[in-house]
Amino acid sequence: MSFAVRSATVRYADTLALDDVSVVVGPGSVVVVVGGDGAGKTTLLRTLVGEVVLESGTVDAPPAAQIGYLTATAGSWPALTVRQNMDFVGGIYGLSGEHLEQRREELLARAGLTAAGDRLASQLSGGMRRKLGFSMTMLHEPALLVLDEPTTGVDPVSRVDLWRLVSEAAAAGAAVLMSTTYLDEAERAGSLLVLDGGRALAQGTLDEVRAALVGTITEDSVPHRSAWSWRRGRRHHEYWAPGEQRPSSALAIAPDLEDVVVALSLVRRAAVGAGR
Amino acid sequence: MSGDALLRATRASRAFGEVTAVDDVTMDVGAGEVVGLLGANGAGKTTLIRLLLGLIPVTGGDVELLGGPPDRERRSRLGYVPQGLGLYGDLTVAENLAFSAQAYAVAPPDLPVALQGSASVLVRDLSLGLQRQVAFLAALAHRPQVLVLDEPTSGVDPLARAALWDTIRDQADSGTGVLVTTHNMQEAAQCDRLLLMSRARLVAQGSESDIIGGTTAAAVRTDDWAAAFAALNAAGEPVMLSGRDVRVADSDPDHLRDVLSAAGIGAEVVAVPATIEERMMVLAREAPEATA
Repeated sequence: MSFAVRSATVRYADTLALDDVSVVVGPGSVVVVVGGDGAGKTTLLRTLVGEVVLESGTVDAPPAAQIGYLTATAGSWPALTVRQNMDFVGGIYGLSGEHLEQRREELLARAGLTAAGDRLASQLSGGMRRKLGFSMTMLHEPALLVLDEPTTGVDPVSRVDLWRLVSEAAAAGAAVLMSTTYLDEAERAGSLLVLDGGRALAQGTLDEVRAALVGTITEDSVPHRSAWSWRRGRRHHEYWAPGEQRPSSALAIAPDLEDVVVALSLVRRAAVGAGR
Repeated sequence: MSGDALLRATRASRAFGEVTAVDDVTMDVGAGEVVGLLGANGAGKTTLIRLLLGLIPVTGGDVELLGGPPDRERRSRLGYVPQGLGLYGDLTVAENLAFSAQAYAVAPPDLPVALQGSASVLVRDLSLGLQRQVAFLAALAHRPQVLVLDEPTSGVDPLARAALWDTIRDQADSGTGVLVTTHNMQEAAQCDRLLLMSRARLVAQGSESDIIGGTTAAAVRTDDWAAAFAALNAAGEPVMLSGRDVRVADSDPDHLRDVLSAAGIGAEVVAVPATIEERMMVLAREAPEATA
């Protein structure tokens, strides 16, 4: 069964943290929420796990015992060893004895943490700590996994490991909703939600997100209108609305997700500015 | 190697007791270029930067900053933005900029449009994107000849990232040499040249396409990604999710077809150009352990 947040609006005092945002996460799929600091990613995740009161909208989530939630900051207790961390969380979910031990060792092996099992969590690298946090959220075999920036600050090689763990969970049937600020890895997900300032800029498959951008992105050695152009390496990319005249040196390109999100953000912010 | 390198390491090594953090690294950064430094955590990137800045001495080889030893005078011609930004959260934007300008004995910089309304806002109350812009301004006020940036755009939205990269490129265009560490592969692709470290060694360098160097990955197109993923993962293949397909780095397509057909999974397997990330994974696996 699918889990969902539908037409959610959330307000913290005077700030509209989420404005009519919906997301559906089916079993055996990975949905990625992308956006920068303040986009509303954490609020949306906390909405799905029932930690946020909605101003309007609905949430369709399993009971807490079937949710695994990895927050952006926490994840493990530094003064406990890797195995003690796993056992502690296992105990909270009512696991014990041989079953807990088996599940613990299986997850540690998958995460490449078996040899580090007796090290203090405080002595792990950032990447290892996130893998431990992920393994702890997986102990009770949750139907819904909610992961808040599991890969932020994690090096590319550990990031690939984390994605393998996430994909394994989805391949085994879990519904996964995770957030990231890295657009390169967001392209891996079957479905994307792009948030900016609490609103959905686009969502769907990578192709559907690309199609949400109306207009053209070009590349040139010089910018033509600085408000609508951005650098990519030594080249300048630029957004043009449909029908806009552009110089012949500005050649249309097949944009990647980074280009699409930059252009959608520019269009949206121009519209918000004009509406004030 | 160019004769006028702004940053240079020649067979530089650094050991901490039994552990070699940087092992025989030779690299340089010239005027006007943006060089990306990539690697796993613990690969030695931060130690290499600390050697180049003269914050710790080498235990072998040599480093040069602006043509000589990295002393206090040469360091004053360098701009550095650490990952933690190095700003004072409980001072305002204007106070932070005045403080760093005074340390370098220059006039505080003018605020760009995006920050003009924020001069008297406490830095801790700004969004991360604007905080990063303030850190850049502080690091650039004394017109450094070399800029060292540690994860400069981590955590910010794509628009803020584009604005920061405009600043980085403007600096390079005016002759500054830039060394950037990043975990973001799209950001790596924006650098003129990349240095790839693994287990204390420099394992590859050059442009993105030099490093990928014609190596391939396998794209597995199937109606049932989960079954294909599970079968390849169980066979020990370095398999990765890619939209609704899966990819395998550094593997023989024929072998993958055998694994999939043995599991009764219908799939099309094609060789495609590897990504920089897939190349990094392979190089990281191949790198030998460093010895002290």
